[in-house]
Amino acid sequence: MLKVENIEVYYGMINAIKGVSFEVNEGEIIALIGANGAGKTTILHTITGLIAPKSGHIYLEDKDLTKLPAHKIVYLGMAHVPEGRRIFQQLTVLDNLKLGAFSITDKAQIEKNLNYVYAHFPRLAERKNQVAGTLSGGEQQMLAMGRALMSNPKILLMDEPSMGLSPLLVNEIFKIISEVSKDGTTVLLVEQNAKKALSIADRAYVLETGNIVMEGKASDLLDNPRIRAAYLGE
Amino acid sequence: MITLIDGLSLGSIYALIALGYTMVYGIAKMLNFAHGDVIMVGAYAIVITLSYTASPAVAIIAAVILCTILGVAIEKIAYKPLRGASPLAVLITAIGVSYFLQGIAQLVFGSQPRPVSAVWRQLPKIPLLNDLGITTAAAVTLVCGVIIMVALNLFIKCTKTGRAMLAVSEDRGAAVLMGINVNRIITVTFAIGSALAAFAGMFYLFQIPNAEPTLGAMPGITAFTAAVIGGIGSIPGAMVGGILLGVVEKLCLASPLSSYTVAIKFSLLIVILLVKPTGLLGKITREKV
Ligand SMILES: Nc1ncnc2c1ncn2[C@@H]1O[C@H](COP(=O)(O)OP(=O)(O)OP(=O)(O)O)[C@@H](O)[C@H]1O
Ligand SMILES: [Mg+2]
Repeated sequence: MLKVENIEVYYGMINAIKGVSFEVNEGEIIALIGANGAGKTTILHTITGLIAPKSGHIYLEDKDLTKLPAHKIVYLGMAHVPEGRRIFQQLTVLDNLKLGAFSITDKAQIEKNLNYVYAHFPRLAERKNQVAGTLSGGEQQMLAMGRALMSNPKILLMDEPSMGLSPLLVNEIFKIISEVSKDGTTVLLVEQNAKKALSIADRAYVLETGNIVMEGKASDLLDNPRIRAAYLGE
Repeated sequence: MITLIDGLSLGSIYALIALGYTMVYGIAKMLNFAHGDVIMVGAYAIVITLSYTASPAVAIIAAVILCTILGVAIEKIAYKPLRGASPLAVLITAIGVSYFLQGIAQLVFGSQPRPVSAVWRQLPKIPLLNDLGITTAAAVTLVCGVIIMVALNLFIKCTKTGRAMLAVSEDRGAAVLMGINVNRIITVTFAIGSALAAFAGMFYLFQIPNAEPTLGAMPGITAFTAAVIGGIGSIPGAMVGGILLGVVEKLCLASPLSSYTVAIKFSLLIVILLVKPTGLLGKITREKV
């Protein structure tokens, strides 16, 4: 479904991504794990067009995304929950969700998506008229996810959804990711919390300073001694 | 009381202009210093149209259309190529556009002040208000100003485009991820800001005897001050700041301190920024990707 081919990304002279390739198949949950500064966020930003790669290609169902302006990408069925949530703090929960459905013109479809989001995040329904900036960290993460789901994506990119959340909330968020995946959405999950990510992923890629250094079935990586030492703190 | 009404009326002119500054700042992250000169073009559009026809309605429509097109054209020609350039380059360009518009106005309209048409200056008196000493001009300005601002608020709160404007102003990158075309939103913002400037220009003609190519400078700088006082980027802030400066100006003019009016207006900015650096309704903003 999503195919990243040999992308190289620079920030000025700094080579942040040094030729990365990977693939996400329909229905999979793919985890992309790596330490601080490995380049995970850069890869997601490149996929959704917020940064242009110096070389390489990104295909979503055979459409080359590198030639498209960033705002067109959501119309192809890809939504991105950015690092740090980046919800619209000054707007209400409902306005945030409506903005998530900006790419959809069919009112009935928007209503349907809203009900889907409220079903998964009842907390958002209770607080729909609250200003988003006053939500708790966990609720803000739910809103960021809900906002992305409002566009009815075929594939959902998530950048560190567990960041700054209590273990209890992390479990809740990951449970919802599994549910969304079961409902048919393909997921690309970027995480520093490797243990959690590998526990729900089908396959995973390990990123180190701009290179993919390992890939495989998530369950295999969970048993891999090198991964256990480097990422699972054992 | 009458001074207060006059102040509110002048204030709503400043508010309309300040809205243009603040919306463009919030969404395009730039100070459009040529905004004051769009007011001037709007005012001239009224004066010139009225020298051909006696219909204020035609003049108003002409002014609004001309200013809207002008605002969008300025953005497309002068500012859009500088997207991503340093803020200083954009600022210098904006000042250049301002002088350019004043120069063009001198060429086209002549540097001699043009008297504002009688149709515009001598509005029919409204009996009840007239008895109270409230001029028709002040009443028209205030009522129309309020209607326009309410309409703008409804547009921003209740339409998809309005919500997209708020989203872009808060976090451009996140807005792009929603599928919002930022360039289109910037165009819409310039169009709305310039249409508001056209209205401000026509109301400002109630305040001055002649139209001249530099007439936009004073209301422009005052409204810019108002936008900063209210918190630049904040729409309610621009309204509050504009009204505040209008009232202060008229109160000063009516007091023994009248010769210090300009100084008092601008010192207000310093005092308010000292007390609240983000402006009255401004928020602390963080820069994002
Ligand atoms: N805007 C930028 N300008 C310059 N360098 C940057 C910029 N953004 C990121 N980098 C650099 O690129 C590298 C990859 O950063 P990136 O944010 O993609 O890492 P990450 O894997 O997401 O890290 P984290 O887990 O901390 O979020 C880092 O070395 C970082 O310093
Ligand atoms: Mg990151």
